Amino acid sequence: MTTLHLPMTLLPLFPGLERRVDVEATTVDGAIDELDARWPGLRDRLCEPGPAIRPHIHVYINGERAELDAPLDSGARVDVIAAISGG
Amino acid sequence: MARTVLAIGTRKGCFLMESDGDRRAWSMRGPLCEGWPIYHAVFDQSDGTLYAAGASEWHGSAIWRSTDLGETWTHSSEGLAYEDGGKKLSKVSTLSAAHGRVLAGVEAPGIFQSTDRGDTWSLLTNLEGQPGSEEWDDPANQPPGHLGISGFQSDPDDADRFWAIVQGVGLFETTDSGTSWTPRNRGLRADWPRPHDEVGFCVHKVVRSRTDGNRMYQQNHVGMHRSDDAGLTWTEITDGLPTEFGFAAATHPHDRDTFFVIPLDPGHGRTMPDGKAAVWRTQDAGSSWQRIERGLPQQEAHLGVLRQGMVADTYDVPGYYFGTSTGQVFASADDGESWTEIASYLPAISSVDVAIVD
Repeated sequence: MTTLHLPMTLLPLFPGLERRVDVEATTVDGAIDELDARWPGLRDRLCEPGPAIRPHIHVYINGERAELDAPLDSGARVDVIAAISGG
Repeated sequence: MARTVLAIGTRKGCFLMESDGDRRAWSMRGPLCEGWPIYHAVFDQSDGTLYAAGASEWHGSAIWRSTDLGETWTHSSEGLAYEDGGKKLSKVSTLSAAHGRVLAGVEAPGIFQSTDRGDTWSLLTNLEGQPGSEEWDDPANQPPGHLGISGFQSDPDDADRFWAIVQGVGLFETTDSGTSWTPRNRGLRADWPRPHDEVGFCVHKVVRSRTDGNRMYQQNHVGMHRSDDAGLTWTEITDGLPTEFGFAAATHPHDRDTFFVIPLDPGHGRTMPDGKAAVWRTQDAGSSWQRIERGLPQQEAHLGVLRQGMVADTYDVPGYYFGTSTGQVFASADDGESWTEIASYLPAISSVDVAIVD
């Protein structure tokens, strides 16, 4: 099991979504699939066609920047960050 | 009692303002849509449903929907994307809701539609084969910063007929629900070289009379134009206006010859000339123009209004509304004769729409 730490900007878009979510997936892509299955449409908020992680969304596994195909080890900490943007 | 509701799209969310039929006292709700930048918020006038085109820098483009006048919202972008490896969709620029269908004009240019009230979307057309499309489909010309569909004009009597503006290219009409298109730019002026005879015009805004479907007005990058044959041909009517440039326009709901426009300086500033706010009106289809300033600021008022930033209601004595790029909303409840600032400190305003609901 891996725990995802999600950005606050995502929470109001999907009722019931919490800041931390446990998933069983073995890749980042699979983890986002799991989220999308529980909260339909969530994949589109993190990924763009390609598929690829959206430019202003960053994913880190144990502090290292990761892409969709990165493997997830059980117990890893995964941070999904809404990167600096806006103004 | 009738409720008059304004939907205001801003850089930091959607706002709703509400009044009664007198349109004197207004209340406000917002920011809505989680503060996403909203490029165009529109009502489906048949049932009061609100649609708001948003583009979050973090979470991409989506179209928000409210069926209870903004109390609750859902959002979706299911199907709202070009196929992998094709054009990039950077944002939804404009919406139109009519005949049980919602149209979304996007950049790079394409039109998506929803027939389930915004739950799901599909690509309706890229306007393939139209002159100019080779440029806007070129991967080197993909957004951000490039062209898109910037406006629609629907036909209240014919669901299959509507017009779409391609930024910097021109106006196109379909009569078969987007299967085929015809450029409608004859008579327009362009002060630059054009590779095609029928396109290459910078159409900012097209509005159509409610009382005569053949009467259209167009604010162009270089001039105001009128059509008396539903866009087949255009005649310039700029004479008498302070500049030839602007974005916003609104037609009188009951008089085909009366039309409002907000001329702007054409340079980088794109604000009202001389820092004096004014709306300009013609009551003779563009033969003459009157400057209306009553109630509008006349000192250091460097206000801009974008293409979806002005709208008319349909009361017997019509009201008009415009929102500025500096966050003010001005309203007239007396057929445009005088204006009142009804909001002062909103984020930069992209769009204003109005609905009268029971």
